[in-house]
Amino acid sequence: MAILVIAEHNNGVLGAATLNTVAAAQKIGGDIAVLVAGQNVGAVAEAAAKIAGVARVLVADDAAYAHQLPENIAPLVVSIAQNFTHLLAPATTNGKNYLPRVAALLDVDQISEIVEVLGADTFKRPIYAGNAIATVQSSAPIKVISVRTTGFDAVSAEGGSASIEALGEVFDARSSTFIGEELAKSDRPELTAAKIVVSGGRGMGNGDNFKLLYALADKLGAAVGASRAAVDAGFVPNDMQVGQTGKIVAPQLYIAVGISGAIQHLAGMKDSKVIVAINKDEEAPIFQVADYGLVGDLFELVPALEKAV
Amino acid sequence: MKVVVAVKRVVDYNVKVRVKADNSGVDLANVKMSMNPFCEIAVEEAVRLKEKGVASEIVVVSVGPSAAQEQLRTALALGADRALLVESNDELNSLAVAKLLKAVVDKEQPQLVILGKQAIDSDNNQTGQMLAALTGYAQGTFASKVEVDGAQVKVTREIDGGLQTVALNLPAIVTTDLRLNEPRYASLPNIMKAKKKPLEVITPDALGVSTASTVKTLKVEAPAARSAGIKVKSVAELVEKLKNEAKVI
Repeated sequence: MAILVIAEHNNGVLGAATLNTVAAAQKIGGDIAVLVAGQNVGAVAEAAAKIAGVARVLVADDAAYAHQLPENIAPLVVSIAQNFTHLLAPATTNGKNYLPRVAALLDVDQISEIVEVLGADTFKRPIYAGNAIATVQSSAPIKVISVRTTGFDAVSAEGGSASIEALGEVFDARSSTFIGEELAKSDRPELTAAKIVVSGGRGMGNGDNFKLLYALADKLGAAVGASRAAVDAGFVPNDMQVGQTGKIVAPQLYIAVGISGAIQHLAGMKDSKVIVAINKDEEAPIFQVADYGLVGDLFELVPALEKAV
Repeated sequence: MKVVVAVKRVVDYNVKVRVKADNSGVDLANVKMSMNPFCEIAVEEAVRLKEKGVASEIVVVSVGPSAAQEQLRTALALGADRALLVESNDELNSLAVAKLLKAVVDKEQPQLVILGKQAIDSDNNQTGQMLAALTGYAQGTFASKVEVDGAQVKVTREIDGGLQTVALNLPAIVTTDLRLNEPRYASLPNIMKAKKKPLEVITPDALGVSTASTVKTLKVEAPAARSAGIKVKSVAELVEKLKNEAKVI
């Protein structure tokens, strides 16, 4: 078996999601290569070569790959795909963007967001917003798989000494152009990798009140998330959304404040180790999944909690 | 320009689904079905493009059972001009659906194809990207803003760290994210008018497309249930439990 893991990065730093994806590759078993495609990615390639368990790092360094446009990344991956039995990418917005394009070009089905490896061709994945778990088997000659990062513990970023090889051929479809991006700035840990997540919902009332959660999060070293209701109401930006259509998190501790617990929200956080719910409605569905529930006014309870920890 | 919109009939998003006792799948008998929420957003965006004078005709397409005509009629009531059902009672994987949609795109020659970013039943998030690959068109996935500008479409995309804007040469494929728009409701007169709009039914065979798949589902199980939690009385008790019982802070 030969497995290609496509690295997540921002041209400067290797994304943590890559380490979880390599962990899934190790469960499948076989030689693991990592593809780093981007522009000026020397440092990323070196970081990838140090990942425990990685044998080879393939580097495609060109302006065409600077923003990982799928029109350019997909043909690049397809050009080397015949050397592998499995192609894996993390189920980040990037991975979700280019990987199905790769699968279709190879004329194989893709398996999305696996959470467990049962064998080289059999995997588990959630469907219906996580309300059912499907076991699927692939007979494709090249298995194209995206990996839900919260399903696999990250491998060590140190200890490996992979060889680094440059890929010469450049694919530039010129059918799309990068115009710009607006990235939300935050000093707090990244939502999907944080050990503790504090999330607010519609019950927060407005965006200003989220500062109660920021204060608590800073005390705990936590990331701050939100429900769709809070995002749609304009309290916080959309990249903070936790749920079926937002980010999937599985921290050690998830504190849901003023969140009722709709199916779509639970899909994004119900694999957290410990769930705490703070809500004034004692009937809220969130209490059905919470390990510890606290019924009462969040405007009193959250500041009290911040003082107490 | 002509716009093609793909819609899917799925279990209504408010339904709490149950896994069948024999683990063969999810029980969909007598369950409320609706248009996939992301597909509603796709239809709405196409209708808005028509209202702005950018789109001249909207063709709405579904791949699925005969009952999916219901969702196509809904799309017609919302403003689509005509509908096409590729009728198949098999549960098709994304690649098969993308191949069928490719055949429709070849026939209709639209400038823009709009799909939802994912269906809430299979949660695959693949079909739009696969259709883009098969047609060779550029793709703008997870769109929260779409502006057609001459021979290009500018798409603002929701990405992990924030927003990204790309320009795609037309024809192109766009998949919708939640914040692209707020879908409208169909009015009663429009529902009545929609009954008279054309709805063509064809088969995958007629399109010359094989829907064979390399992935099969072995079983479907309910997720592991969480053990029941407790309600604590005070913040002090909560902190004590988190520190000494759960040991997470």
